[in-house]
Amino acid sequence: MDALILDSVVLGYGGKSVVSELSFSLAPGEIGCLLGGSGCGKTTVLRAIAGFEPLQAGRIALNGHWVADASWQLAPERRQIGMVFQDYALFPHMTVADNVGFGLREWTGVDKSRRIEEMLSLVGLDDAGKRYPHQLSGGQQQRVALARALAPGPTVLLMDEPFSNLDVELRERLSIDVHHILKKTGTTGLLVTHNQQEAFAMADRVGVMVDGQLQQWSSPYALYHEPATRQIATFVGDGVFLPAQVSGQNCVSFELGELCRIQPLDVPDNTAVDVLIRPDDIQHDDSSPIKAKVLERVFRGAAFLYTLELPSGDRVLSLVPSHHNHAVGEMIGIQLEIDHLVAFPKL
Amino acid sequence: MKTCSKPLALVLPTVMAALVFFTGSASAETVTVYSARNEQLIKPLFDAYTKETGTKIQVLTDKEGPLLERLKAEGAKSPADVLITVDAGNLWHASRMGLLQPIKSGVLNTNVPANLRDPKNEWYALSIRARTIIYNKKFVNPSQLSTYEALAEPEWKGKLCLRTSKKVYNQSLVATMIATLGEKRTEEVVRGWVANLATEVFADDNAVIKAVGAGQCEVGIVNTYYLARALDKDPNMPVGLFWANQKERGVHVNISGAGVTRAAPNAAGGQRLIEWLSSETAQGIYTNDDFEYPVNSKVKPDSIIRHWGPYKMDLINVSKAGELQGNATRLMDRAGYR
Amino acid sequence: MHTRGSIWNWRGWGPLRALAIAALTLIPLIVVLASFFDPQLEAWEHLATYVLPGVLWNTFVLVVGVGLGVLFLGVSLAWLTAVCDFPGRKFFSWSLMLPLAMPAYVLAFVQVGLLDFTGPVQSFLRAWLGSSSWFPPIRSTGGVVLVLTLAFYPYVYLLARNAFITQGLRAVEAAQMLGYTRFQAFWKVALPMARPWIAGGVTLALMETLADFGSVSIFSFDTFTTAIYKAWFSLFNLSAASQLASLLVMVVLVLAVIDQRLRHNRRYAVKSFTPVRISLQRGAKWSATIFCALILAIAFAVPMIQLLVWVVDVWREDFDARYPVFLLHSIWLAGMAAVVVTVLGLLLSAIRQHHKDATTQLIVRLATLGYAIPGTVLAVGVFIPVAWLDNQLITLAGWLHWDVQQILKGSLFVMLAALSARFLAVAFQPIDAAMQRITRNQGNAARSLGLSPKKVLMHLQLPMVRGGLLTAALIVFVDVMKEMPITLMTRPFGWDTLAVRVFEMTSEGMWDRAALPSLAIVLAGLLPVILLIKKSESGFH
Repeated sequence: MDALILDSVVLGYGGKSVVSELSFSLAPGEIGCLLGGSGCGKTTVLRAIAGFEPLQAGRIALNGHWVADASWQLAPERRQIGMVFQDYALFPHMTVADNVGFGLREWTGVDKSRRIEEMLSLVGLDDAGKRYPHQLSGGQQQRVALARALAPGPTVLLMDEPFSNLDVELRERLSIDVHHILKKTGTTGLLVTHNQQEAFAMADRVGVMVDGQLQQWSSPYALYHEPATRQIATFVGDGVFLPAQVSGQNCVSFELGELCRIQPLDVPDNTAVDVLIRPDDIQHDDSSPIKAKVLERVFRGAAFLYTLELPSGDRVLSLVPSHHNHAVGEMIGIQLEIDHLVAFPKL
Repeated sequence: MKTCSKPLALVLPTVMAALVFFTGSASAETVTVYSARNEQLIKPLFDAYTKETGTKIQVLTDKEGPLLERLKAEGAKSPADVLITVDAGNLWHASRMGLLQPIKSGVLNTNVPANLRDPKNEWYALSIRARTIIYNKKFVNPSQLSTYEALAEPEWKGKLCLRTSKKVYNQSLVATMIATLGEKRTEEVVRGWVANLATEVFADDNAVIKAVGAGQCEVGIVNTYYLARALDKDPNMPVGLFWANQKERGVHVNISGAGVTRAAPNAAGGQRLIEWLSSETAQGIYTNDDFEYPVNSKVKPDSIIRHWGPYKMDLINVSKAGELQGNATRLMDRAGYR
Repeated sequence: MHTRGSIWNWRGWGPLRALAIAALTLIPLIVVLASFFDPQLEAWEHLATYVLPGVLWNTFVLVVGVGLGVLFLGVSLAWLTAVCDFPGRKFFSWSLMLPLAMPAYVLAFVQVGLLDFTGPVQSFLRAWLGSSSWFPPIRSTGGVVLVLTLAFYPYVYLLARNAFITQGLRAVEAAQMLGYTRFQAFWKVALPMARPWIAGGVTLALMETLADFGSVSIFSFDTFTTAIYKAWFSLFNLSAASQLASLLVMVVLVLAVIDQRLRHNRRYAVKSFTPVRISLQRGAKWSATIFCALILAIAFAVPMIQLLVWVVDVWREDFDARYPVFLLHSIWLAGMAAVVVTVLGLLLSAIRQHHKDATTQLIVRLATLGYAIPGTVLAVGVFIPVAWLDNQLITLAGWLHWDVQQILKGSLFVMLAALSARFLAVAFQPIDAAMQRITRNQGNAARSLGLSPKKVLMHLQLPMVRGGLLTAALIVFVDVMKEMPITLMTRPFGWDTLAVRVFEMTSEGMWDRAALPSLAIVLAGLLPVILLIKKSESGFH
């Protein structure tokens, strides 16, 4: 039985629909993520699951019970959902401990204070109980918000851009921490973000939302390597499209050679297509006959991201271990190393 | 504190301008009056006086209490020449505070009866305000009525309406009762009144008249001009007037009056104004506008109140009311008359 | 730079700066307090035996009753119009502020006139049912509480609405996610988070209740203020009156300090934004509309209609060429006072934010006590030092052969100073509540960017408290329009306002003839109310 099911959900204000025909599900303990730019409707979906937005059509189930359809919706407080808001929404007039204990309505005395301690220690804030939210740093406030949401033991935890107010380093560390905490507590999670690193670090399943539509619902790996649409391919990860021609049922050929895959391409022979080339598809190989010119390089610590110019004038990106240090303008040998052929009809 | 420089830069010039603009200019003859009698009642008179004599009059209205404190604070530099109040108590008190000066005026001594002026000639009454009994014509026969004191009798239980004891009119009524009946008897009477109240005391005389008219109670005590005003508006109101205590000391009267202030820059002008206010011309306007009784016996009261006929007034000097006002207040507090 | 900085940061600056503004209130307060040098044992003995026991109980009941009343009305109406949606919400959101423009004594007089035994309601009942004895008496404790609640709830409504609009529904949603119903979340989260605003509004309402004389005397309801006036006007004992007034001020001060302590260390609403309102469902929706309409009717529409009826009656007799001048004077005085007092309130609040030492905090508290003193007593407290100073100046002018009657007295400068002493609290409460929303980090951030405290005020605090400033200016404007004792005491000769006109008529019980100036006051008060609403609505999409 799935922990969360969305079935053909339509959301909107007035006559206008913001989210159309959205369907996906999460198994218990699974962490999902809706990835998309601002205004794509992802936060609206989250608010609908929480019970703050009415459905225009479709239905939502939590733990096997339908909680909302077009004509009826269960009150938010009865859905046993936890939510972490983008601005944390900590209660400024309560101490940290009171914030965390706020949802522990049935709990009393020692049990309650023990639970609060347990939650604070889970998020690594053992000593912060007596302080007020405004006395904490942003990252600490975020942890309090998480502890508060998890304290009542919700079956599903919703997170709305939970790390967007934090700096990059903290964001990365916290997203890993939260992932572990959710796995440890067996909580089903749904995250909404515009940041793919965050999505990849946290989620088991990621969906990309464009203009209110869910474009793909799959693992981060599949999303990256087998994007279902051109939009996803551009939105997720770096990469370029190179012009190619279909050669046979399963293969395309282009400047850097011929690529094939197991599934048929379903496109007639000789059709002009674009092939997706990720930076990690291009490997540095001094002995390779194919040479390309270094146009730009970005140092990323363990690796360089080179922008290379092919003889045809087309450009590709290449991620190269950082001991291969080449200057701009240098010609280097490259080799194609692709596991997943992704091609879309020319626009 | 440069923080406030911007707003202050806006405010200061305006303030300066206002400062210059409002500072009094005294060129033509001016008389400055501090008045507790309200503006619309005295303004027509002052306009007439200016027309007649060319003397300009500056008026500042306020309640009596603040006016006296103002005079006191201003001391020798006060711009005021004349103080007008609407009860004897405050004039008496102003005199005691040394805020007034005695006037030697044959005109005033002729126009104003002796019981209606200060024994030391520091102030003079300008109108008489009689406070007497009213009754509902449907329930009460005037023959049942006699004196203020009789309203304390048990036969009026639940039938009496009174205004609050905090109004000076009731304080001076009780003060004159103390002067003639003594504290003990007066307190008995006041307790009797309180026991006879039909409802909570009212905030003003108009409400008492209305309550008597509507039959909420059968009798009440009010100043006559309030009744005259009410009947002027609604002649069918079943409320009658009864002159109290006619077989003995007479009906209680208070006054509105005036005096020249101690520090008056224009004392002579102030005196001339007060003398004029007691004249036949002025008395007609002064009293008829508000249905009060004139102090000048040559002047006939307004037609609306004339048919109530002549009455015998309590001849005790009205300054007694001022002198005993504090005692009266304390007595009413003791008796539970709110 | 270093030496200058250290002088600038000298700890004594805070109290000194606060004192510069507080002097406006403190000087009259000291004049009032000086009465203690003139002990009035006899008067006290009498008051303590026969007057105080009754009035203390009455005052206690009144304060508790009105406190709960304005809390209920102000908060519930603010919540409904700020975050809910129901038919007529937009209309009610501004119209529910209108009673602010209605002077309390007018409301009291009209309601007593309508609902008392002799009024049309009971007369009608008697005509149809034969008796109206079952009708609850309006001139009763309940009646006073009801009328003052209706007159003063807009203070709470205005401030609480400001809080609810800016805090939005986020906190409520967070609580709902933790298993609370919306109703519970309101009590547990939304209400406590709006506390500085609500407390500020209730404080204003209660201070005005304590200082009120006009309305309670229409009910013949004796309060502590009644006792003050009794000592002065009936016993001719201003010293005893001032001593009583000082006690009133002490009580208010103690309450203010307690509230301050309770709030210590906490912070309140953070600005957040939620795009939705609560759409009320069928029954609730219409109940909300009816509730708002009912309050608006009793507190505003009915007295307004009564005023109009009277105006039609007396129009020809009373209206003359001077009315436009009265109106102009009123608007001008109220406008100037609104600007001056709001600026002073802002400075005071900024000083309080900048200097956290106890002395500064106390002085700031003292500066806002003028609102709790009965107006006439404060007017005398203002006038005595002004008259003294004026006498010195007149003497000085005499040496310079400049013959004047008065220099400061009767100048706008003194009027504004006196009005500031009274209404500083009114401006301070909304501004300070808004100021508390600025976090220390925001202030520190600005300072670290090299902004002086003065620049922080101009570029950070000022824009962030704009809503509070507008609220402050509006309430001061409307309050000054209605104010009588200080205007009477400090105005120049012949410089009458609408409120002075109301005083003239009501002092002789001619309420119907006071209708014209009262109506003008209400109408002039509407302008800023509508302006304010336009501004506060623009925060919401």
